[in-house]
Parts: sequence; structure tokens; C-alpha cells
Amino acid sequence: MAFSLSATRWGFLIPAFAKQVPCLTALALGLAACSPQTPTAPPGANAPAESASPAAGGGATLSISGAGATAPNPVYQRWFQEYNKLKPTVQISYDSVGSGAGVKRFLDQTVDFGATDAVLKPDERSKLPADRGSAIQVPTTGLFVVFAYNLDGVDNLKLSREAFCGIADGSIKTWNDPKIAKDNAGVTLPGDAITFVHRSDGSGTTDIFTKHLVKACPNWKAGSGKTVEWPAAGTGAKGNEGVAASIQQTKGAIGYTEFSFAKQTQLKTATLQNKAGAFIAPTPEAAAKALEGETVPADFALQVPDPAGKEAYPIVSLTWMLLYEQPKDAAKAKEMAEFLRWSVKDGKQYATELGYIPLPDELATKVSATLDTIKVSAK
Amino acid sequence: MATSPSQTAMPTERSQSSRVLDKAFVWLTGAFAIGVGFVLLAIAFRVGTDALPAIQKFGLSFLTTSRWSVNDEVFGALTQIYGTLVTSFIALLIAVPIGIGVALFLSEDYLPPRIKQPVVFLIELLAAIPSVVYGLWGIFVLIPLLKPFGIWLNTNFGWIPLFSTAPSGPGIYVAGIILSIMILPIIAAISRDSLVAVPAEIRQAAYGLGATRWETIFQVILPAAFSGIVGGIMLALGRAMGETMAVTMVIGNSNSISPSILSQGSTVSSLLANQFAEAGGLQVSSLMYAALILFGLTLVVNVLAEIIVRRFSLKL
Repeated sequence: MAFSLSATRWGFLIPAFAKQVPCLTALALGLAACSPQTPTAPPGANAPAESASPAAGGGATLSISGAGATAPNPVYQRWFQEYNKLKPTVQISYDSVGSGAGVKRFLDQTVDFGATDAVLKPDERSKLPADRGSAIQVPTTGLFVVFAYNLDGVDNLKLSREAFCGIADGSIKTWNDPKIAKDNAGVTLPGDAITFVHRSDGSGTTDIFTKHLVKACPNWKAGSGKTVEWPAAGTGAKGNEGVAASIQQTKGAIGYTEFSFAKQTQLKTATLQNKAGAFIAPTPEAAAKALEGETVPADFALQVPDPAGKEAYPIVSLTWMLLYEQPKDAAKAKEMAEFLRWSVKDGKQYATELGYIPLPDELATKVSATLDTIKVSAK
Repeated sequence: MATSPSQTAMPTERSQSSRVLDKAFVWLTGAFAIGVGFVLLAIAFRVGTDALPAIQKFGLSFLTTSRWSVNDEVFGALTQIYGTLVTSFIALLIAVPIGIGVALFLSEDYLPPRIKQPVVFLIELLAAIPSVVYGLWGIFVLIPLLKPFGIWLNTNFGWIPLFSTAPSGPGIYVAGIILSIMILPIIAAISRDSLVAVPAEIRQAAYGLGATRWETIFQVILPAAFSGIVGGIMLALGRAMGETMAVTMVIGNSNSISPSILSQGSTVSSLLANQFAEAGGLQVSSLMYAALILFGLTLVVNVLAEIIVRRFSLKL
């Protein structure tokens, strides 16, 4: 009954290489890997010039770990990488396990910071033990959700509110529906069926998207949230990358995804009608307009489900990081605050580059001020 | 050159330390065996307690309703149970005949060993491919390949409920086919091992009685290896029902039941993979309930396999 790939069965493969490379035989027999070929250089020997930057903990490497939302993961990873180049002693690792799991790990205190696409609810806040102080929630960057589509010969699709609401709730079934054709004069729309692609996994992107639908679509009945009951018989795909792949594969497909993913996969994106009635192409600049002129509450729980600005792109949200007011490890918390100050200032260029919305200056200043309230003095 | 007295005494009398070592080894292996059983029970217990709120709220209606609404906190897993059973059934339908055929071909001496060994190796290598790779292959290769076939089935045989919906790419049949490829090496490898393990005397006795090669294979060798083959099939079925990543990527994840295998659906494992990360409250508990059902399904399958083996295997 043995189902193992045993050495005897693989025997016919081994002799040819075994004589020259004893290491391979050891691997094939399932022994431990051979000793490393090249000895690692002693730390500090390769870059003496950069080690001048002062770090908390007296030069020792500081590993900070976090977990949470998947949507901002590309920009977070880029930031941690760039920041590590500036400060080689600070290593930040991040598990993109989803906002829900991120909040849970933050409240269980198994991470140094959490990240979420949905703001903390009051009952979640109250779950944090008192000796950690209150939860500090700061925005890191803005996200916006686009309609990506796959339709030959149509490069600049315009969707009115009526049109995209109809696609999402399944009442518009073909591409040449008059509600779509009305705003796309001069474009030949095929009579193909529309395949609506949505997320199958619970997701902050779905949350942002459906929050907008609730405001924008009078006939939308499924409510909003990370998982909703889709009225249209569409295809569910896992993750932003799954949605992007499904759209690429299917002629006549349209779905919602984070702008950064549509940008990466070079999918065509639709121009949407906003609250003021204007048609706005999805660009980081237009999306940033949605965040302008809004009053920001003290906990930064700014929601713009349906921005009023004339030039604002309609489906926009912030994403947040969660920190402890009274952290367990003051040195780590201090570095993390340093990092966040850097990310909303010098880190902005990377956000723009990847297709995220950098925080407006006014908001960035407020974030820095809030970071000062973290108690980082050693006891 | 005199032999030492201890050497001659060896067969009858063993040293104290050797006997202690023997005992210790038996205890150690025993502890491992019990440990594995304990882990299983611990998992079942934890899943059970976590599922309790959903069991209390929905009871057996969880098994018979298909609404899954996070906003209204109403959950039912009928779609997923149906999807799990149908995809696994399609997978077995394809993989069992092919797998046993492959095993027969490779256990008889049709091929010289120099060619046979690499073929065996290649089939077993199928089992080593990560399931996410199968899923990606499914999205980018299998779905475009199968779509014309699905459309052909629908246009020509659409009057059969099985093919009554127009395929939109992903679907239950794609998931079933991917699963059949994934479980094929398990069935082939285990069946081959049990066929090879049939004592040579039995084969010679059959030939001696005047049986042809085919009669020997179908009336002697296969029945003799039956319990091993069923064991392999059950292991494969377990993998098919529990497979998560590849299925999630090709099944379409739609919460609807349709008699058509060309339509989209979802399975218990794909539901768990999709929703667990962002779930909270009663939703988590309902997901645990669904996991418990998958647990139960696997248990039923194994019990059935045991009964089949006991009833039909050739007594040697």
C-alpha cells in the first residue's frame, strides 16, 4: 500500500548524477540538505557606510510583524522594502490574510500592528484589553474600485449610474442594452451576454463597491458588506487576481476590482458617472478628489460612499492600520510610528506608482499628530 | 579463533537492555498511533464546539436550505453539499476506470522495465503538483479548452437536464475534470501496488488451470487486489471532497443548484476557502458546521468502503 516516492523506485534516476554530486544522492534519499555552499558574510561587513543611521535597540535588527487587508498589500510590501533600504535594521513583515483576520489578530495581540479596509466597530474596540490603551486607527492610503471589462472593439466604455446598477443587479443582460448604448454613441456594442464577475471570498473591495451601490442604486436590495448575496447570476472568483483572470478569460465579462490590479493586468476600465452626473475616468487624481474637502472624524473613520465633488471618481475608500496606544514593545512601536510618518510623506510616490491614492497633505499631518499619542517611552 | 560464549547463547537469551529497548519501541509506536487518533478527535471536538451556535440556530434545515446571507445571518449549505457530491462523483467516474487501467497496464509485463519505471514515476509525479498550479492550469488552459465542448453539449444535448445550461467558462464539470486528474495518480499508484502484491502462485495456479491472460486478470488478479484498490479509491475520494484551491478557482463559486453540470456551483471546501478569512460571528459558526458536515461525509464514505471491502473481497 506504500504510496511513497521511495528511493528504490527512483533508483533508475540516481546513478547518472550521483557520482559527481554526492549532495543529490543525499537529497534523493530524503536526508537533510547539504551544508550551505557559500559562507554568509558577517553582518555589517558589506555596508559600513549605511550602518551610521541610528536605530532603536542599538543596531540590532528589529522585526515588526503585522497582518490584515489584502487590497493594500502591494503598496505595503513596497513600502516595507523601500523603508528597509533606508533603515536596514528595521524589518517589517506583513501577512495579507484579510481585514477580518487582521482585526482579530490585532485584538488577540499576536501582531505588532493590524490593517483593515473596514473601520473598527465600537464592539471591536471594546475587546482590546485596557492595559493596551485604546486602539489607534490611522489611514495609510486610499483605494478605488474600477469596473474592468473584456469587450473587443470597445476601448472607452462609459457607464451611467443606471447602467452599472443594472449590470450589478442583473437587470441588464446584454451589451447592446439601450441603457448602456445611450452614453456610448458611435460605439458598436455587441449583442453578447454580460458575464458579471464578482468576488467569491469575503473582501474589503466588495465592501467598498457595495457601499457605493447602496447609495447610487435605488433598486439595489442586497445591502453592503464583505460578502453579499449577488442578485445577478455571475461568476464568483477568489481574490482581486482571480477576478482579473476571469475577466481576461471571458469575452463579454465585466467585474469590479482594485484599480492597482486592473492596472497591473492592463484590463480596460470603464468611465463612471458620479453623483454630480459627470463621467469620470478612473485615475488616481480623480479618485483623490473624492477625499478632498471632507471633514475627518477623530478616529479617521472617513467614509465616502458617494462623493459629491464634481470631478470626483465615485467608488473610493481609505484603508487603515491599527496600532496600540500603550504597546507591549515600545521600541517596535516607536519604529512603526516612524515608518508610518515616512509612508504618508516620502512613501507617497510608491503609492501613486502602484495605482493607490496618496493621502492628501492635510490628512497626512493629522496622521502624524495622532502617531505622537502612542506611548513609546520606555517604562 | 574461539567463538565467544555469548555469541552461541544469542538465539535463546537476549540481553536485558535489548528487551527494554523492544518494549520502549512498542510503547513509542503505540503512542504515535494513539496520538494521531487523538489529533483527529481534538479537531472534531473543536470544530463541533465552534459549530454549536449554528447547529442550535439552524438545526437540520442547514442541510436542506441553500440561502447564504451574511447580512441577514441566514445560512444553509445545500448548494455546497450538492456541489461536493457531484464534483467528487464526476471525478471518480473518470479517474477510477482510467486509474485501474493504468495500474493493470503497469503491473503486468507489457512494457520492459526500462520504459515502465519512468512511466510509473511520471504518473506519481502528478500527485506532487501543488493544487494551486492545477487551479491556474484550469483557468488558463482547461476552461478555454473545454468551453467549445460544453457549448457543443448544450446545443446538441440541451434537452437532457444534465447539459441544460449554457456554459460560461467555469463550472461544475470543469471542477470534476480537474479533480479526476488530481486523484488519478492516487488510484493508479495504490492499485498498482496492490496488483503487484498479489502472490505469483495465484497467477501461476490460474494459468495452470488453463485460464487465458484476460481471464486471469479479470477473474483472479483484480478480485485478489480488490480491497487495496477500493482503499485507493476511497483515499482518492477523500482528496476529491476535501480539495479546496483548484476547485475554488474553476467552479465559479455561485450559490445556486442546477441539475446541469455545465452550470456554476460551489463546494463545502470552496465555501470555507472563500469565506473563512473575513468571517465573523454566526458566519464562522456556520462555516464550522459546514466543515463538520464534510467531516461526516468523509466518515460515511470510509465506513461504506469498509463494508464493500469486507463483503466482496476475495478470501485468500
